[in-house]
Amino acid sequence: MQKVGIVEVTQSSGVESPLSLMEFTYKPVKELLDKVDMRRDEVDMYILAATDVFHSGMSCANAFDWDASGAFMKPASREEGDAITAFVYGCMPIMEGRYDTVLVVGLIKGSENPENDTLTSFVADPFYSRPVGIQETTAAAMQMRLYLQRYGITEEQCAKVVVKNLGNALFNPYAHIKKRVNVDDVLNSERICDPLKAMECAPKSEGVCAMLLASEEKAKKLTDKPVWFKGWGSSMDTFYLGDRDLLDTQLKAAAASAYKMAGVSDPRKEIDVAEICEPYAFQELLWCEQLGFCAQGQGGKLIDSGVTQITGALPVNPSGGVLAMNPYVARGLYRVAEAALQIKGKAGEHQVDGKVNTALAHSTYGFCGQWQGVVILGS
Amino acid sequence: MAEQKEKPRKVAAMGMVPYEMALGPTWTRFFEGFKEKKILGTKCNKCGRVLVPARPFCSRCFEPMEEWVEVAQEGTIVTWSYVNYTYFGVTPDMIPLIGATIKLDGVDCGTGMWTQIGGFDIKDFELVTKKVKVGARVRAVWRRKRQGNFRDIDYWKIIE
Repeated sequence: MQKVGIVEVTQSSGVESPLSLMEFTYKPVKELLDKVDMRRDEVDMYILAATDVFHSGMSCANAFDWDASGAFMKPASREEGDAITAFVYGCMPIMEGRYDTVLVVGLIKGSENPENDTLTSFVADPFYSRPVGIQETTAAAMQMRLYLQRYGITEEQCAKVVVKNLGNALFNPYAHIKKRVNVDDVLNSERICDPLKAMECAPKSEGVCAMLLASEEKAKKLTDKPVWFKGWGSSMDTFYLGDRDLLDTQLKAAAASAYKMAGVSDPRKEIDVAEICEPYAFQELLWCEQLGFCAQGQGGKLIDSGVTQITGALPVNPSGGVLAMNPYVARGLYRVAEAALQIKGKAGEHQVDGKVNTALAHSTYGFCGQWQGVVILGS
Repeated sequence: MAEQKEKPRKVAAMGMVPYEMALGPTWTRFFEGFKEKKILGTKCNKCGRVLVPARPFCSRCFEPMEEWVEVAQEGTIVTWSYVNYTYFGVTPDMIPLIGATIKLDGVDCGTGMWTQIGGFDIKDFELVTKKVKVGARVRAVWRRKRQGNFRDIDYWKIIE
């Protein structure tokens, strides 16, 4: 199996853009190709992540996405789940030895779409769940209730995630939400579905992220600091919330599989930085537990300890995470890109202090984290 | 999971959600041209192709297309179809209609627009097959009041 290196990444800002989706997608892809001094036809294959309808402004993927990503007249494929999977699909033909270079692009213009709650209500099954108004936010509120009750996590501890992540986002030029907030601001924001407050929910953002992957030999030619793909795991739970323990998600299985592939035995010690997908603030604490950063039920104490701060021993979401920037579908590739930039030492003002040898990227979608995926990168 | 003998129940489902899609500067300028009865294309400075509708970038060369050119309003039918049934967006009052791809003179692609041939009794299919042919010459006929959208070209008239 061949090694896969991340050569270079580019990303767009999450703020609403007046450009058409086609123009908006073209810019970061063109920037990436110029950076590595390659023509688009020199790239062996393209993998895109975009949704054709719901989360992509009725964008007609075939009309806009292929030309704008450079994939025109090349081997190409598109996936609709989460862009972190597109990253893995991009690694596969290189691991196999079939291709030397793959360009992965995740794209969305959230500003063109209805609210996430509107769109995710369509994800619910039409017979039992949709008629009663369930969508990702109302489902998450139920998960949060259980989390607070079972483990004694406090609303203050959940609010601290928002304070930390939006604070970090102030130093990320691409972040969508830039606002310094304190715990009281979060606790006093509207209780949209108790116990969830408005400020604990991610926005909907623009976002195009482009990433060039290459075989070991090619990567070393194209960059002096390739970031290596080390491990990957994913798992999908059943849809029905009543069939699951909402605090025992498939993230444990996804992480176990990624750690095994990457040879990580003690994630808390071995992982230097994590970019994880927390569309709802409390989920960052819960996901940290399931990633093995602390014991079950200890997510509140973890944030209290300061370990996950940008200056801590295991910074979580130094970019500001999904609470600051939520390009739905593309967001998983942003996590990988940010993790890669931390290893390269090129994260700019939100670069963490210590040397980053191993970084974790995570993404999720579906009610209460139905699907979970974890990627491990190494220097 | 025994199959029911009687007709199974169905639940009606319909989704209507609003989207707002940014036209962007390139297509905004293209449609502004329509208001002045102009068809605008963009030229690639690398391969030299002129494309209509105008594009923000050349999809082959992947370079920005920043040079604007006004193109001819006459061209040749590349291919066409006689549409005589209804579907989403096409109501009974709209049919029959003749969709065509037209290569405008001096342009390096078919317009790719779903343009309509008209200006005579297109209900008469025999007459249509006499007049509308691959390779036939056509000219744009503009609406009197133009709003900067694809409806501004009322139809394409066959040049006899």
